[in-house]
Amino acid sequence: MIEQALSGLWYGFGVAFEPHNLMWCFVGVLVGNMVGVLPGMGPLATISILLPLTFGMKPVGAILMLGGVMYGAQYGGAICSILLNLPCHPPHAVTCLDGFPMTKQGRGGVALGLTVFASFVGASWGITEMIFLSPILVKAALQFGPAEVCSLMLLGLLAGSTLARGSPVKGVAMTVLGLFLGSVGTDLETGSERYTFGMTELDDGIELIALALGLFGIAEFMNSVNQVAPINTKYTNVGIKDMRPTKADMKRAFFPMWRGTIVGSLCSLIPGTGPTIASFVAYATEKKISKHPEKFGTGLIEGVVCPEASTHSSVQGDFIPTMSLGIPGDAVMALLLGALMIQGIVPGPQLITQHPDIFWGLVASFWIGNIMLVLLNVPLIGIWVKMLAIPYRYLYPSAMFFVCIGVYAANNDFFQVGEVAVIGLFGYVLLRLGFHPAPILLGFVLGPRFEENFRRAMLISRGDILVFVERPISAVFVALCAILIGSQIYFRLRGSKADLEPAAENVVGGEAPTALATQRVPATPAE
Amino acid sequence: MRFSTSLRELIGKRDFYAGGLMLLLGLGIALKGTTYRAGTLMHMGPGFLPTALGILLSLLGIAIAAASLAPGSDEHGGDQSLLPEHPQWWAWFCILMSPVAFIFFGRYFGMAPGTFACVFIAALGDKTATWKGTIILASVVTVFGVSLFSYFLQVPMPILTWRGEF
Repeated sequence: MIEQALSGLWYGFGVAFEPHNLMWCFVGVLVGNMVGVLPGMGPLATISILLPLTFGMKPVGAILMLGGVMYGAQYGGAICSILLNLPCHPPHAVTCLDGFPMTKQGRGGVALGLTVFASFVGASWGITEMIFLSPILVKAALQFGPAEVCSLMLLGLLAGSTLARGSPVKGVAMTVLGLFLGSVGTDLETGSERYTFGMTELDDGIELIALALGLFGIAEFMNSVNQVAPINTKYTNVGIKDMRPTKADMKRAFFPMWRGTIVGSLCSLIPGTGPTIASFVAYATEKKISKHPEKFGTGLIEGVVCPEASTHSSVQGDFIPTMSLGIPGDAVMALLLGALMIQGIVPGPQLITQHPDIFWGLVASFWIGNIMLVLLNVPLIGIWVKMLAIPYRYLYPSAMFFVCIGVYAANNDFFQVGEVAVIGLFGYVLLRLGFHPAPILLGFVLGPRFEENFRRAMLISRGDILVFVERPISAVFVALCAILIGSQIYFRLRGSKADLEPAAENVVGGEAPTALATQRVPATPAE
Repeated sequence: MRFSTSLRELIGKRDFYAGGLMLLLGLGIALKGTTYRAGTLMHMGPGFLPTALGILLSLLGIAIAAASLAPGSDEHGGDQSLLPEHPQWWAWFCILMSPVAFIFFGRYFGMAPGTFACVFIAALGDKTATWKGTIILASVVTVFGVSLFSYFLQVPMPILTWRGEF
């Protein structure tokens, strides 16, 4: 087993070191890092903008680049939260708690330096986990019939919608909406059109890119236009010399870093708990076992490295269910799966054997990409810091162009551009009503496969719905779903939410519908 | 007097509208779904799953709305208004008009005018926007965007055209 994994990894390095793949990986992490730094752009919007550009590329290069954006953004996001106290991306919200006080004390550079180091450690652990765990998962998953796949998807969808931030009922509603949106268009089995209302452009279904860009691009811009406060660049003067930590700092950061890494990797194994939850849990644990918990929030290095290591370990670990089972844990992973499907690759347990170049190439590119990111972040810190000052009024109109042309380029059709505007408006309404649009994407990507497997399971069982609890593996998944729902209701009735939620709420100041919302501050009244 | 204040409280809840929207959507989906063949559980027709999802969505909508009426369910921390504190009607209009402008100018005049109009209109939405800054931004993005998408990525859209003809 181990030998197999190592030879796979060796092969993967061969793939990832091919010059064009290396280039795409670099482009990915570079863009990701940039986007992570820029307040106001999330990895979701960026990946969807880049998605149409990958149509002409080979699948390996495409997925390497898009994956690079994902973890590159995590490195950049830390800069934003430590130096500006702006949690542009939810996973880094807790980093602000101790990161910004450190910046105020003039130790922001040290915090950044150790963050980069902790991130690398966390990511390396996550990748190692992926190397050894994925083949085992695949072995189990290859035994799955349609009923098992179906209940596993159900578990993934439920976890993705209820464990995310905000009201679980609303999350489930968004998932259901996403599943429905996935069924729009021609029905695969009978060929009849559904919910197209006579528009032939909708025969192929709603365009994934239009949906993602509408929900995470346009709706976000509407949400944050004229709401973004001018950025305080008082503390952003950081150079490479400031980043070197002292020996005492290193010593104090060492164990929290590993604890964070472990917490993150555990979180990534539970479907639906992405990097955001991982970072909150890590911070809470660290605070609990600390000898002086009252000092947290005043600029402790432990409070910076622990959640950061956790985030990165969880980000890499999130790829495990996505790549080995074909079940994405969050919206970003759903988008990456969508990118694979556009390339004509069927996600699922057969992916590793059928497309070893994609899987092992991706794993190897994670190492390469993370090393690139360390190299990018340490000597070039000055450049990233300068990018923080790009005002939003230049950012969002340019992004609007990329949204329009990206959606157009997907099919060379103006209809989709109109589609993205409509979805954007709808997405903003949902945001204002307190819905989080991320589960929509999850449901949308899994929807067609869910329906297909559900139908097949029903056909095989001759219409007996009990098949889901009669087959043992499927029954376990169904039981987990029941536990998930039951515990949500239990916490609801008891009136107290899970431990981490109040913590989350304290950090971001109450409601935080999306990535961007956390950085919003009330705008000054219009003149 | 007392009745009217409590009624106002009821319809002032944001989740009341959130649930209502989901209920309406769900009912719409389910009703439209019944026009497709549902089939049997063993041989499901195209209408089966969407109809089921529609019914589920409307039930969830009722649950969301009902939860908002329960006492002490202040999820939004007091912020129950449907509009944000400072509604940005003009900016919202600009952002939504930007793709429309892209469609119109792109379709009839080509990629360069489409890009310019798209960025220009979107940028007008910002409070601090000036004519000069907006024009410069739109021009820069146009030059960059056209060279990237037209020359480098070969998106088949004419750079300049007149009323959709070459």
